[in-house]
Formats: sequence, structure tokens, C-alpha cells
Amino acid sequence: MFDIVSFFPRAVMQGVPLLFGGTGEIITEKSGNLNLGIPGIMYVGGICGVIGAFLYEQTAVEMNAFLTIMIPLLSCLLGSLLMGLLYCFLTVTLRANQNVTGLALTTFGIGIGNFFGGSLIKLTDSEVPSIALSATSKVFSRSLPFADSLGWFGKMFLSYGFLVYAAVIIAVLTAYVIKKTRVGLNLRAVGESPATADAAGISVNRYKYIATCIGSMIAGLGGLYYVMDYASGVWSNDAFGDRGWLAIALVIFSVWKPNLAIIASILFGGLYIIYLYIPAGTQLYMMELYKMLPYLVTIIVLVVVSMRKKRENEPPAALGLAYFREER
Amino acid sequence: MNGKNKEPLLHIIKRGSIPWYRAWGIRIAAIVVALIVCAVITMTVTGEDPIQVYLTMIDSSFGSERKMWVLAQNTAMLLGVSLAVTPAFRMKFWNIGGEGQVLVGCLAAAACMICLADALPNGLLIAVSALASIIAGAVWAGIPAFFKAKWNTNETLFTLMMNYVATQLVAFFVIIWEVPKGSGKIGIINQSTELGWLPEVFGGKYMLNVIIILVMTVGLYVYLNYSKHGYELSVVGESERTARYVGIKVEKVIIRTMLLSGAICGVVGFLLVSGTNHTLSTTLSDGRGFTAVMVSWLSKFNPFIMVLTSFMLAFLDKGSSAISTSFGLNHSFSDILTGVILFFIIGCEFFITYKLSFRKAAGKEVKESV
Repeated sequence: MFDIVSFFPRAVMQGVPLLFGGTGEIITEKSGNLNLGIPGIMYVGGICGVIGAFLYEQTAVEMNAFLTIMIPLLSCLLGSLLMGLLYCFLTVTLRANQNVTGLALTTFGIGIGNFFGGSLIKLTDSEVPSIALSATSKVFSRSLPFADSLGWFGKMFLSYGFLVYAAVIIAVLTAYVIKKTRVGLNLRAVGESPATADAAGISVNRYKYIATCIGSMIAGLGGLYYVMDYASGVWSNDAFGDRGWLAIALVIFSVWKPNLAIIASILFGGLYIIYLYIPAGTQLYMMELYKMLPYLVTIIVLVVVSMRKKRENEPPAALGLAYFREER
Repeated sequence: MNGKNKEPLLHIIKRGSIPWYRAWGIRIAAIVVALIVCAVITMTVTGEDPIQVYLTMIDSSFGSERKMWVLAQNTAMLLGVSLAVTPAFRMKFWNIGGEGQVLVGCLAAAACMICLADALPNGLLIAVSALASIIAGAVWAGIPAFFKAKWNTNETLFTLMMNYVATQLVAFFVIIWEVPKGSGKIGIINQSTELGWLPEVFGGKYMLNVIIILVMTVGLYVYLNYSKHGYELSVVGESERTARYVGIKVEKVIIRTMLLSGAICGVVGFLLVSGTNHTLSTTLSDGRGFTAVMVSWLSKFNPFIMVLTSFMLAFLDKGSSAISTSFGLNHSFSDILTGVILFFIIGCEFFITYKLSFRKAAGKEVKESV
């Protein structure tokens, strides 16, 4: 029998990095910026957290729980903020093509992640090609104290580190801000029709900058979560894989709605690991086919959404276009 | 932003036109600045003399005849994928699935080499694998195109997902055909008989690859600029409504152009397996599908400029990985350097399209700096 109590938490833990990345990208895309640099930004977020934690673990005599969390968290946010600023500077200020800038940012970010990761690994002189930050990870993945006493409910909903709940809260908050507040309305206006927004007195560039930078920082947290909680503090190069691209897929999958992204990310996470739960027997090669599932499902959803052609499911109208006031 | 009566400090004006030599001057200046920045980065990381570092770069690409052939081969393959994505881009169809289209091309070629090696004479085998690769690539690109044409399905994401499906498909067949069993690798196909391998011509190992790609470059240039098809896809790219108004069947153009895109990717896949590596793995395409997007855009979708751009990127990649090896750095260092240089090239386009004028020096042009 399929064991949902053990499957569900694993699906959630797979889904959370995607949820961070997806929420970040939704905010970014709502401002009309299509940031294909998210995979790179998530790498940078992860490695910056690792560097921060590494330095702290090396220097601190006694680890203070508060600092153990704050140092990696802040260095992760700073790193991803810088990446976001770089993207904004190129696409908003210099009006470069967003697809190309994003792809270059991904190359750059993955390069940074693997380079510093590799250098740290060399510093530690370890036998295996990875860095283990178990002390930091322990603090990050500490679950709620009463999780164990609540049986299956505790295991399915309360057994996670705080970043999982942060991801859900951020997604819900984002959904609220975008849908219900003045700031969200302005943001949507910037993404739908920057010229109109400009005429209404909204500073288009400022919105684009802030939205993209906040989006990058949220996405960076996905990288941090992956290393510190999911991977138990072990950084190894390229381990993060293509999750960044899946995060971008998640945005369309959840039709630009962060609250839908919560469910979609868990579904995605489940599809990502379902091959472990399908009995393959001796035919190991079938596993490779099962690994196609998340991508195939995305394609199917994509097609179905486009066939239904609902207006609210469309991407922001000015997505991917640079805005120049003097152009008609 | 400032007070009401204040003129802003900086004013951005769109240029009407710019002479080509100045545009290229700006681009070259950007690359020079980028190289200086890279030198500074490398120096802080390695503590080596930057001149020495660049000499290492040049030596790794031009140091021997073999190295030059490798560079030519890398350039040709990158150029091939860039050519492939270009017609779609001209149509504003954002095909980032070059990776997957190349991979299925590789898969088809490898399948023919493995399964048909005993059944067909060598010449026919090569022809059949080439054809199979072309069809596979075209089909892989045709699927998203069909949905785009029919229901306006987002093609960026569709083609991206197709990459992963292709990767898994290749992984599946690699396990089925692995030699020896359990190694997870196919090894060199037909190593002793060299069946299905592209022959060496004119003494160069990769000469045939380079020639095929160059012929395609010229062909694509003619197709895009001097044929009815090329004209139609440009119109579709500029304005779909105009295209419909003048009686162009937009759906047909989208599917036809993507079939062409995929077919060229298929050719590259064939060249990678039959003409270069003689094996199959999920990493054969090596990120070229993504790099090609940048090459194509940086070259303004002009096939001849793409020759230069892909040469430059192939050189950078080769050179910076040589730096990494010889100075004991992690290989990913080359990605960082490539990224930095790309940022400068991407950023400098701004100074070609727009000019800045400061408040005091109104009307006077300010020296461009990147």
C-alpha cells in the first residue's frame, strides 16, 4: 500500500525550494520582468548561506542558535539581493533583453555556486567532495517541539524546519499583497501596462527594481533551504540540479497565483520523487522514464491552461519587455 | 523625481542611427573592459600576473594544431545550435529547447549506429542516421510549435520542459544500450569497425563538421534574407496581425519555422554523435542550447556575425577552463568569467541604442563608458 504519511513530507520538502523560487519569480514577473536568472540566483543564495555558516562554524567558540540562523540567512539574502540588483541594472536601467540577461545570470550564478563550493571543499581537505555543516543544519531543521506526540498529523504537517513554514507564509502574504493592496495593484499595473502606470504617477522603474530584488531574495531562500534543511547542511556541487528551472515552470503551472503555488509545489515535489515509490523491480531503466513525470505533467497543464483561454490565467501583458518612456 | 523646475541630471535619448564602426567600437571597448575586470578577478583569486593568465588562455586554444581543431569544432557546434534557434527568434518564438532538440538528434543518430550497423552499408548508414536525426529534431521542435500555433501555448516553458523529457529519454536508452552492463555508459559505438562514423576529409579530423555548419550558415542567411519564407517569418515576428492581414498563414509559418529550427538542431546532434564523440550521453549538448540563445541575440540574429560571436564564446569557454586547470582553480571559474564578459556585452548594447546627455552639457554628447 502506498504510504502517504511518509510520502507527503518528502513531497513537501522537495516542493519548498520550488515554492520559494516560484513565489519570487511571480513577484518579479508581476512587475513585467521575466527573470530566467532564478536558477543562478538560487545557487548564489545557497552558497552565500553556506559561506556564512561555514565562517561562523569555524570561528565561533560556542554556537548561539540565533546567530547560527541569522548569519547564513542574512548572507543568503545579501547574495541574492546583489544578483537581483545586477539583473535590474541590466534590464531596467540599461534595458537589455531579459531572456539573454537571465540566461547569462544563470550561467554566472551556477558558476559562483560551484566555484566557491569547490573552493570551500578544498579548504576543508575532506575526503568526499562536499561540505557538511551539520551544526547549522540542526538548528535550521529543528521541528516544532510537539510534532512527535501528534502521530500522523504531526508527521505530515509539523515535522519541518522553520523555513518550510516561512515559505508558505511568504506565499500567502504575497498573494494577499498582490491581490488586495494598493501596492499590489500598482505592481500589477506596471506589469500589465507600464505606460499607463507611468501616466498614473507610478514610478515604473522603482517598482520593477523593488519587485525584482524582493523576488530574488525570496528565491535565494529556496537555495538556502535546500542546503541547510533538505540536504542536512551538505553542499556538493551541482546537487541543486535543475530545481531553479522547475521553479520557473511552477509560476506558469500555478498561473501567477502564489497561493495556488503552495499546492502546486507540493504536487511538483511529489512528482519529482514519485519514481522512488513506483516499484520498478529489475527494470531499472524504467526509473528514468518515471523521472519524466513532473515535466510531462507541466506540459499537459500548460496545454490545458492555454486551451481554456481564461483571461485571468494570462501572463502579465508587458512581461519580458523593457520600458522606455519616450517610446510610444 | 527632483524638484519641479529642475532638469534631471541625466537624460537618455534614443539614437536615430549609429554608424557601424562606432557600434563595433563600443562593443569592442566593452569586451576590453570586461577582460580587464576578469583579469582583476583572476588576480585577486590566484595572485598571478594577468598577462600570464591571458597567455594561458590563448595557448589553450591556439597552442597546437589539435587544440585549434578542438576550438574550431566547439565553435562550429555552438554556431550550429545558434543558427537553429535563429529563425524561431526572428519570429519572436522563444525556443530555449535547443538543448533537447540536439539531444534527440544525438539519440536518433546513436540508435541508427547501434541498431542498423550490420544491416546497411556504411554510406547508407550515415545517410540514414543523418535523416533520422533531422526528423527527430524537427519532431521535438514541432510539438511545442503545434500547440503554440493552435492554442498559443507558452513556448518558452514548453520547449524548456521538452529539454528534460529529452534528457530522461536519453538516460533511458543509455541504460538499455550500456556497454558493459551496469556501467551506466555506452562507450564508443562501433569502435573497431567505425561504422556510421563521418569520414575525415582534407586531413582535418573535424573538417567535415565545420564545412557542413558553414554551408548551413550561408544557407540560413540566404533563407532569412532572400526567400519568401524568411520574409514571412519576419513579418510574423514583427506583428502577427499585419501578417494575418496580408494573408500569411501564421500557424503554418510558426510550425514550418520551428520544424526548420529543430531540423538544424538535429543536424548538430548528428554531427556530435557521428562526427565527433561517437557515443551517447545526457551531457552531449553541454548547455549549448542555452548559450545559443545568447549567441543568436548578441549577433542580432545575423548568421555571419554569429560565426564571430560563437567563436568568441567557444574561445572564452576553452580559455577560461584552461585558466582553471593550470592555476588549480575549480572548473566553474570559467562560468564566472563567461558570465562577467556576457554582462558587459549585454550592457553595452544600451550605449549603442541610446545616448546619455548630462544637464550642463545639454546637447553635447558624453563620452561613452561602459
